[in-house]
Amino acid sequence: MTAPTSLLTPRRGTTGRHVRNRVATVGIWLALFIVLVPLVAVIGSVIVKGASSLSGNFLTQDINKITNGQKLADAFAKVAGKQSTQDGIKPAIVGTLLITGFATLMAVPLGILGGVYLNEYGGKNHFARVLRFLTEVMTGVPSIVMGLFIFSIVVVKTGFSLGWNVSGFAGSLALGCLMLPVVIRATEEMLKLVPNELREASYALGARKSKTIVSVVLPAAAAGIVSGALLAVARAAGETAPLVFVIGITRTTNTNIFSGGNVALSTEIFRNALSYGSYAAARNRAWGEALVLIVIALTFTLLARLVTAMFTRRRAA
Amino acid sequence: MHPTASQTDIVEPVTIDASSGRVENGIHLEVGDPEIFERDDPTRELVFDLERVQILYSGVAAVTDVNLDIASREVTAFIGPSGCGKTTVLRSLNRMHDTTPGAVVEGKILYHGEDLYGPKVDAAEVRRRIGMVFQKPNPFPKSIYDNVAYGPKINGRKRGDLDDLVEQALTRAALWDEVKDKLKRSALALSGGQQQRLCIARAIAVEPDVILMDEPCSALDPIATARIEDLMIELKREFTIVIVTHNMQQASRVADRTAFFTAELNESGKRMGLLVEYDTTNKIFTQPSDPRTEGYITGRFG
Ligand SMILES: Nc1ncnc2c1ncn2[C@@H]1O[C@H](COP(=O)(O)OP(=O)(O)OP(=O)(O)O)[C@@H](O)[C@H]1O
Ligand SMILES: [Mg+2]
Repeated sequence: MTAPTSLLTPRRGTTGRHVRNRVATVGIWLALFIVLVPLVAVIGSVIVKGASSLSGNFLTQDINKITNGQKLADAFAKVAGKQSTQDGIKPAIVGTLLITGFATLMAVPLGILGGVYLNEYGGKNHFARVLRFLTEVMTGVPSIVMGLFIFSIVVVKTGFSLGWNVSGFAGSLALGCLMLPVVIRATEEMLKLVPNELREASYALGARKSKTIVSVVLPAAAAGIVSGALLAVARAAGETAPLVFVIGITRTTNTNIFSGGNVALSTEIFRNALSYGSYAAARNRAWGEALVLIVIALTFTLLARLVTAMFTRRRAA
Repeated sequence: MHPTASQTDIVEPVTIDASSGRVENGIHLEVGDPEIFERDDPTRELVFDLERVQILYSGVAAVTDVNLDIASREVTAFIGPSGCGKTTVLRSLNRMHDTTPGAVVEGKILYHGEDLYGPKVDAAEVRRRIGMVFQKPNPFPKSIYDNVAYGPKINGRKRGDLDDLVEQALTRAALWDEVKDKLKRSALALSGGQQQRLCIARAIAVEPDVILMDEPCSALDPIATARIEDLMIELKREFTIVIVTHNMQQASRVADRTAFFTAELNESGKRMGLLVEYDTTNKIFTQPSDPRTEGYITGRFG
C-alpha cells in the first residue's frame, strides 16, 4: 500500500499542464486583442471623424449642392469654409427610415407567415422543401443583384417592367427582398425550438391549430422572432448596393416614397466617399452620415436585445 | 397489505344484480370467488367502448387487438411495462394521434355510443370534452392565471366569469392556497409538482367529461402524489378518469378497474403491445386470471 501523497505535491506530468495552461491563457488574450483591434478602430474612427460633422444643422438641413451639384468644384470654391454648416443630411435620414420602415412592413409579416407555414404546416412536404430551398438560395443572392432585379422589373421603362421610375418604394422592395429570407429562416428556427408538448397541451384543451399557433406557439417564440427580425432590419438599414440605382436622388426631404427620387444615408455616404480626397467637406459629410447610420443600426440591435431580455425576464419571473 | 384497503373509504354504489343476487363493484367482493367478477355489468354506463383497436406508427403496429370498455365516473388504470402501449392507447381516446404524423388508429372506439373517429366528428370538440394531463408537466409560458383561463377562453367563456372559474379550478386541483397571491407570475416559476397540479387545474377548467392522465405523478414526491390521488377520488364524482401509472399501489388505491398491458414478440418477431387482462382492480391485484398479470404484479410487490 502506498502512502497517500499530499495534495500539495504535484502529480507526475502536471508541471507540463501548468505551462500549457499558461500558454493557452496568453493565446486567448492575444486573440481577444486581435479581434478587438478592427472593432475599436472602426467604431473609434467613425465616432472621432463623424462627431465633428454633427454640428449646427447637420441633422435638420437639406442637402447642399456642394456635393451633388453639377459644377461641384465651383460651388465648393464659393462656399468653402463659410457655408458648410448649411449642409445637412435630413433627407437621407428621413429616406433611410422610410425606405427601411416600408421594407420592414412588407418583409416581416410575410416572412413570419412563411416561417409559420414551413414549420407548422409544410413540414416535410414537397412544396415546403422547395420553398425552404428557394429561401436558402435567396439568402445567398448578393444585394447588388437584388437591386438590379428590382431595377429591371420595377424601375426601367423597357422590357418586362412596371416602369415606375426611381422611388423610395423601389428601394423598399429591394431591401424587403433581402430581409424576407432572413425573417423566414429566423421564424422557422425559433418555431422549431417551441416544444411540441406546448402544442399538444393546447390541442388537449380543444384548441384548433390556428388558435394554437396564434395563442401558444407564436408567443412562445416571440422573443426570438422579434429579435431576428430587428437584426434583419438593422442589416438592411445599412445596405447601399440595392438602393443606389433604384431610389434616384433628391436634395430636399421627400416623404412620398411612392414617387420622385429619394435618398438614403448609405447612398449618400457612397456618393460623398466617391469624392473622397478631393473635397474636405464631402469627406466630412460621409463620416457624419456614417456615424448617424451606425447609431440607427445600433438602435435596432439594442432594441433586439431589449426585447429578448424583456421576454426572458417575464418568463423567469 | 391488502391492496384495496383504502378503497373502503370510497362510497361506492353497490349494485345488486337482481337475477343472481350477486354483489358487484368493489368493496363487498370476496377474494376467490371468480363468479363474482363478471365484466359485463349491464348497469354500468359506458363512456368508451373499444373494439379490436390497433394503433400504428408509420405503418408499424405498436399495440393491437385492444378490447375494453370504460364506465362513467370510474377511475380506470392502465398498467404494464414500459413501451407496451399505454400512452398510445390513452392518446387514442381523445384523438391526440390526429396531431402525430404517421399515427393511425384502426378498429372502433365508441364514445357514449358514438363513433369517436366518425367522419363528421370534430376532433377539437372531442378534445374539449376529453381532457388530458401529460406525463411531463407542460404549462404554457404564460402566467398561472392565463394557463387556467386559456381553455375556457378559447371555448368562448366570457371574461367576466373567468376569475371565479380560475379560482375554482385551482382550488379543486389543491393549488389555490399556494398560488393565490401570484396568479400573474409565470407558471414556469412553479415547482414540478405545482406545475402538474396547474396542468390538472387547466384541464378541469374546461369542464370536460373525461380526464385522461398519463403518469401524472411520475415526477412528484409522495405528498404531492397523495394530493393528486385524493384529487382523483374527488374528481371521480363528476368526471370519468383514465390514468396510466407505473405505481401499483397507486392503481390499487385510486382505480376501480385496471387494465394490464404487455408487449410481446409476435410471429414476425416484432414487439407488439397488447391488452392482457382488464377487470376490477380488486380482481387484477388479488386474483389475476392471466399468469402474465400475476407475474408482473407479484414481481413488483415481491
Ligand atoms: N410517436 C411515435 N412514433 C413512433 N413510435 C412510437 C411513437 N410513440 C410511441 N411509439 C412506440 O409505440 C410503442 C408504445 O409506446 P407507448 O409510449 O405507448 O408506451 P408506454 O406503455 O406508454 O410506455 P412508458 O410506460 O414507457 O410510457 C413503443 O414501442 C414506442 O416506441
Ligand atoms: Mg407512456
